[in-house]
Amino acid sequence: MSGQSLYPRLEPLLAQVQKPIQYVGGELNAQVKAWDDVAVHWALMYPDAYEVGLPNQGLMILYEVLNERPDALAERTYAVWPDLAALMREHGVGQFTVDAHRAVRDFDVLGVSFATELGYTNLLEALDLAGVPLHAADRDETHPVVVAGGHAAFNPEPIADFVDCAVLGDGEQVVGDVTDVVAAWKEQGRPGGRVELLARLARVDGVYVPRFYAVSYGPDGAIAAVARTRDDVPVRVGKRTVMDLDEWPYPKTPLVPLAESVHERMSVEIFRGCTRGCRFCQAGMITRPVRERTITGIGSMVDQGLRATGYEEVGLLSLSSADHSEIGQVAKELADRYEGTNTGLSLPSTRVDAFNVTLANELSRNGRRSGLTFAPEGGSERIRRVINKTVSKEDLVRTVTTAYANGWTQVKLYFMCGLPTETDEDVLEIAELAVEVIRAGREASGRKDVRCTVSIGGFVPKPHTPFQWAGQASAETIDHRLRVLRQAINADRRTGRSIGLRYHDGQPGVVEGLLSRGDRRVGRVIERVWREGGRFDGWSEHFSYERWTAAAAAELAPLGLDLDWFTTRERTQDEVLPWDHLDSGLDKEWLWDDWQDALSEEEVADCRWTPCYDCGVCPTNGTEIQIGPTGRSLLPLTVVGR
Amino acid sequence: MARQPDGPPPPPTVQKLRLRYAKRGPLRFASHRDLARALERALRRAQVPMAFSAGFSPHPKISYVGAAPTGAASEAEYLEIGLARRCDPEQVRAALDASLPAGVDVLECVEAAEGGGSLADRIDAARWRVELPGVEPGVLAAAVDALLARDEVLVAKRTKNGLRDVDARGPVASASTGGEAGCAILHVVVRQVTPAVRPDDVVAALAAVADLRPPSPPRAVREAQGRLDGSGTVADPLGPDREARARCQGEHAAV
Repeated sequence: MSGQSLYPRLEPLLAQVQKPIQYVGGELNAQVKAWDDVAVHWALMYPDAYEVGLPNQGLMILYEVLNERPDALAERTYAVWPDLAALMREHGVGQFTVDAHRAVRDFDVLGVSFATELGYTNLLEALDLAGVPLHAADRDETHPVVVAGGHAAFNPEPIADFVDCAVLGDGEQVVGDVTDVVAAWKEQGRPGGRVELLARLARVDGVYVPRFYAVSYGPDGAIAAVARTRDDVPVRVGKRTVMDLDEWPYPKTPLVPLAESVHERMSVEIFRGCTRGCRFCQAGMITRPVRERTITGIGSMVDQGLRATGYEEVGLLSLSSADHSEIGQVAKELADRYEGTNTGLSLPSTRVDAFNVTLANELSRNGRRSGLTFAPEGGSERIRRVINKTVSKEDLVRTVTTAYANGWTQVKLYFMCGLPTETDEDVLEIAELAVEVIRAGREASGRKDVRCTVSIGGFVPKPHTPFQWAGQASAETIDHRLRVLRQAINADRRTGRSIGLRYHDGQPGVVEGLLSRGDRRVGRVIERVWREGGRFDGWSEHFSYERWTAAAAAELAPLGLDLDWFTTRERTQDEVLPWDHLDSGLDKEWLWDDWQDALSEEEVADCRWTPCYDCGVCPTNGTEIQIGPTGRSLLPLTVVGR
Repeated sequence: MARQPDGPPPPPTVQKLRLRYAKRGPLRFASHRDLARALERALRRAQVPMAFSAGFSPHPKISYVGAAPTGAASEAEYLEIGLARRCDPEQVRAALDASLPAGVDVLECVEAAEGGGSLADRIDAARWRVELPGVEPGVLAAAVDALLARDEVLVAKRTKNGLRDVDARGPVASASTGGEAGCAILHVVVRQVTPAVRPDDVVAALAAVADLRPPSPPRAVREAQGRLDGSGTVADPLGPDREARARCQGEHAAV
């Protein structure tokens, strides 16, 4: 019977695995609805470990939005660690949801949120454990419809063989549309089988069904054309955009796990989208335009969320939180409201700007001032012009010094290396900068124990950005630059011991690059890696570069291609990119011009404060920038814990 | 100069409450750290006026006593909390229970008597009930007899410092068996020692002495914790506080 609990069969296995609590559900604010009361059953998956997936905002939002519908239920499932997966195979227990421990195989829809492409092997593992055929073409109408979402879904081509659909853009509304289509099709007795259901879904705005698009390749290996195979599906699939965030105050009751997770705090998204125009940033490009939540909307979400969770810390999330038009007032009024309640407020990593130190001071009024994070991203002023993240060295040093002078003892600086046009000299400037920061910081604070941590990783060019044409730096290049940087930092022992260096090796970035800008032919590489044991590729202890390179060589050589073709090769203007038929709203000509501007080190200003630079998003999607100030204030209220 | 928190120090503890709670059902898979986090958040949601330590990262005053291992259920977990404002113990119990996830259930709450000693001093043994699915009661009874006939049975135990041999027989104060066909039940009272001897260590000892190997993992429930008295009974560690309270109320009534 459909929808029955697997728990009695799962329980004896849990006694034999690491951290069993992650598989039992029962989190605060979790929901279990009766199976037979609803028409459409959604399993929502985050394809990574529970501790990473549980705090994911996107999944939490969709979980609530779907469960609020009387005709639908949603349960969650996460990647299962190899110890439990082996036992599940041995005992014939399928991939299950943590809420009611129902078999994923029984659900109508399996929605998988991809924040990163390194979750693809975990998708295959979950499908296999669930007893769902890996290839969409092999599924019938009794199998769940497998839907990919999240930022990686803007180029789902590498997983096109494994998913039935991909959803582009904000999920809040489109999950309702998909539910309506599935409900009607089931109600009508499943006319036309699975193909008819997928054809109906393909006509939902924002839903891409890869099987209805045929890809042909030219003699050079590049794509010749992508053509639809039915005339009732769109030529290009556009993205969904939720306007007026105040109407979508989700999650209202965030999930609170018993198990430890990567974010032990509650998050409130204070705006969506970003128009700063950092050229490396896929998130900033594909989530336009900027839509702010109002100060009062933020205030009520913080209040309601804290009451519902008991968390001690609230993160004010967005792509660049200090850019909210009323952030100063938001920070002050929230700090006033929660003064004396042992409630912490925080902003995630911010732009390099003295104002951000003021904000951080306000938020930590009565708390410890330990670490403050800035993201200059590029080591030299020149490379920062290339990536359009302009800040002068003087401003950077001044800002960080101000932080030390205000009692912050640790400053973390985020950088990337392997950026287009980068040389060793650009990266070596990071060391000079860090040394200068420590010297100035010691002087300004009068303390010897100030610390600066440089956190650096390899840049991966992403679809729908001006750098989508760029050649990715090789793993050897990245590792070489990291090595010379480390030597330079350690060269001066008087400052070297105050500077920490955290870095990621170049190899995982190459695989991420293959999966980010790959086409449908990369699917067979993913499948081979999974068949050879590839899982949890985002975890260094599970990731195997050798497995990926061997699989890529074996699967791509017969096609006349190789790993470099997909990664280090620079694309030309006329090349058909695998995601050209997927529309983020960005005009391809604008992206190309911005790429050329990058190469000539020309900057572009934010369209929130300067005239529109015609990226194309607003006219294409019929959207507009939604920002304050509203002029409103937070209402006084009685808070928890005082 | 390092920054200091502005304002006066946090208010002192004016009342100590001692709670007994259970972990049941699937939540037996929660570790002690998981439970501690859940309890702290539940105290905030329930708006219990906790006393806090001083400094930049104030911690609520909570002390835990002898947590049951991950995977074991319990009807007898204990903790003590310090409050900054006096509260009715039963109201605190009800509010905290309501804000905890189902499966972590607060069963009792009493005020700690002045000068009555610490909770930890009142616990030196635990009584366990261990279900052994797939094991016949007769087989278990014979294995337990074999175990009790020995003075010492060493079992390999994973500790912080790697595998080491631990005597799993010595701390067993008493053991008996029951159950029905297809699922034997072991009742065992184990003294608190370091490193702790847990139900799975006792089951490992049964394997060592009688080759008893349960086909599926045993399910343990801690039924009681407390001082082991002369008759082999585990005494209620909240008993002294409850008696002191009753005496105090009696004196009030007499006045």
